[in-house]
Amino acid sequence: MMNKSLFPILTVVAAIMVIWYGASVGMNSKWTYDQARRANVEVSFSELVADTWAQDRPVLPAPHQVVVELYKSVVLKKVTSKRSLVFHGWITLSATFLGFVFGTGMGILLAVGIVHNKAMDMGVMPWAIASQTIPILAIAPMIVVVMSTIGATDFLGKETATAIFGYQPAFMQGLLPKAVIAAYLSFFPVVVGMVKGLRSPDHMQLDLLKTYNASKQRTFWSLRLPSSTPYLFTSLKVGMAAALVGAIVSELSASPLRGLGARMLTGSYYGQTIQIWAALFAAAAMAATLVAIIGVIQRRTLRKMGMAQ
Amino acid sequence: MTQEPVIIAKNLDLTFETNDGPVHALKDVNLTVNKGDFVSFIGPSGCGKTTLLRTIAALEHPTAGELSVNGMTPDEARQKRAYGYVFQAAGLYPWRTIRGNIKLPLEIMGYSKAEQAEHVDRVLDLVDLRGFGKKYPWQLSGGMQQRASIARALAFDAEILLMDEPFGALDEIVRDHLNEQLLELWERTNKTIAFVTHSIPEAVYLSTKIVVMSPRPGRISDVIESTLPRERPLDIRDTPEFLEIAHRVREGLRAGHAYDE
Repeated sequence: MMNKSLFPILTVVAAIMVIWYGASVGMNSKWTYDQARRANVEVSFSELVADTWAQDRPVLPAPHQVVVELYKSVVLKKVTSKRSLVFHGWITLSATFLGFVFGTGMGILLAVGIVHNKAMDMGVMPWAIASQTIPILAIAPMIVVVMSTIGATDFLGKETATAIFGYQPAFMQGLLPKAVIAAYLSFFPVVVGMVKGLRSPDHMQLDLLKTYNASKQRTFWSLRLPSSTPYLFTSLKVGMAAALVGAIVSELSASPLRGLGARMLTGSYYGQTIQIWAALFAAAAMAATLVAIIGVIQRRTLRKMGMAQ
Repeated sequence: MTQEPVIIAKNLDLTFETNDGPVHALKDVNLTVNKGDFVSFIGPSGCGKTTLLRTIAALEHPTAGELSVNGMTPDEARQKRAYGYVFQAAGLYPWRTIRGNIKLPLEIMGYSKAEQAEHVDRVLDLVDLRGFGKKYPWQLSGGMQQRASIARALAFDAEILLMDEPFGALDEIVRDHLNEQLLELWERTNKTIAFVTHSIPEAVYLSTKIVVMSPRPGRISDVIESTLPRERPLDIRDTPEFLEIAHRVREGLRAGHAYDE
């Protein structure tokens, strides 16, 4: 079982590696040839390959360069350092979490409203869909600017945070606009999934409760909500990934420049492609971990509820 | 035995408005079901037998005519929880144990914890599922699940039991067994049972009164009072008396169909 699933995965990974290394030779060779021409020397193929895989600012860094950069910025740096990916990852993660919690809560509330109220059913859904057609890159800076103007950027506020912790934790600074943008992206899959989930009980099950003369509220708690659990978890997975994207995108325009998004942005300012790729991989690993955690909770919950597929 | 009517239908009509025009699901239905009766509704699909049962349960509403259940309108009867309804599928909640499932109506109706436990124990005994209370639905066979759903309908002591092809999805051996158990249960609880089926032997074996229905429009074509004794072993199905009633049911079904040709 394990071997069967491992083999195709390794094959795909190997194929990606081959293409990647090949592409970095191709894309970085221009620089190598330019340098060689300036120095008036000939480069052999092996020299070309060695050079394209070891440039400081390659167009496409080789995988091992990204791995080394990841190792340096995750393991070797102190977690409080501004060069540590753990530091930046935590900044992004906190915004993702807060946004995810807001977004999920909003999504569930909207879904409950949509299922129980005809006017909301007709009125809310088109707006929810419209909200997702606005490019997040366009609206994120506006949210950041507006919230900065009204002074609503720090979680808890500087005085309150200092009163509680003795100092203002770095992740709390500029957290709110990022969380709002993360929530903006993550509420939608939850609304869609939960509307479907809350409507998933069939006629027979609803009729049964009708024969008990059960109230709407009762029907919600005993039937609709439990029935929606599988849909909820699927939405949570999509919502979590969307929240992370929202957090990263918002970091491109937020100040102070912190978080994985900011790492990517500063990397592109200074041509630090390796840094960009390392931040990208850190973000991908974080998304995969978060989604996997939800997956584990999903499996356990559904098995416990007798709804495992 | 005094005849005390429980369900009375007078000139009952039900028309569904569909995109293809009106569908006469029930037309001019007259029927009296007495307390303690076991009434079967039999007929081909589309004859309105399920619709009639759903109308009695106030899940559908008649467009004309009168219908009373326990001397009330069907809606009032539903609000007073006058009947237990058993659907074609068991429809147990997978996230609740068998006990939890049977407890569901009791929780909704506000029984105390002690009452809930007592009622659940009693109906589990009635359907012979003692010791299965802590199991989850997927751990039970289809027949056992359907028995649990009957227990759920019995749990709150409704005098009337409405059953919509409850054994339709089960194989014949299990069905025979459940029919036998259902008769026994009826005997012990003295409930009034209305039972929808499309099986002639099932209808004849179970019922004190067989209502033969025919389609387009859905109507009653014959009502047969069974002459069989209340005590019915399975092999009663081989007696001439049984075969005679079955024959009459078949005739009734055929007469209803003659309109089509």
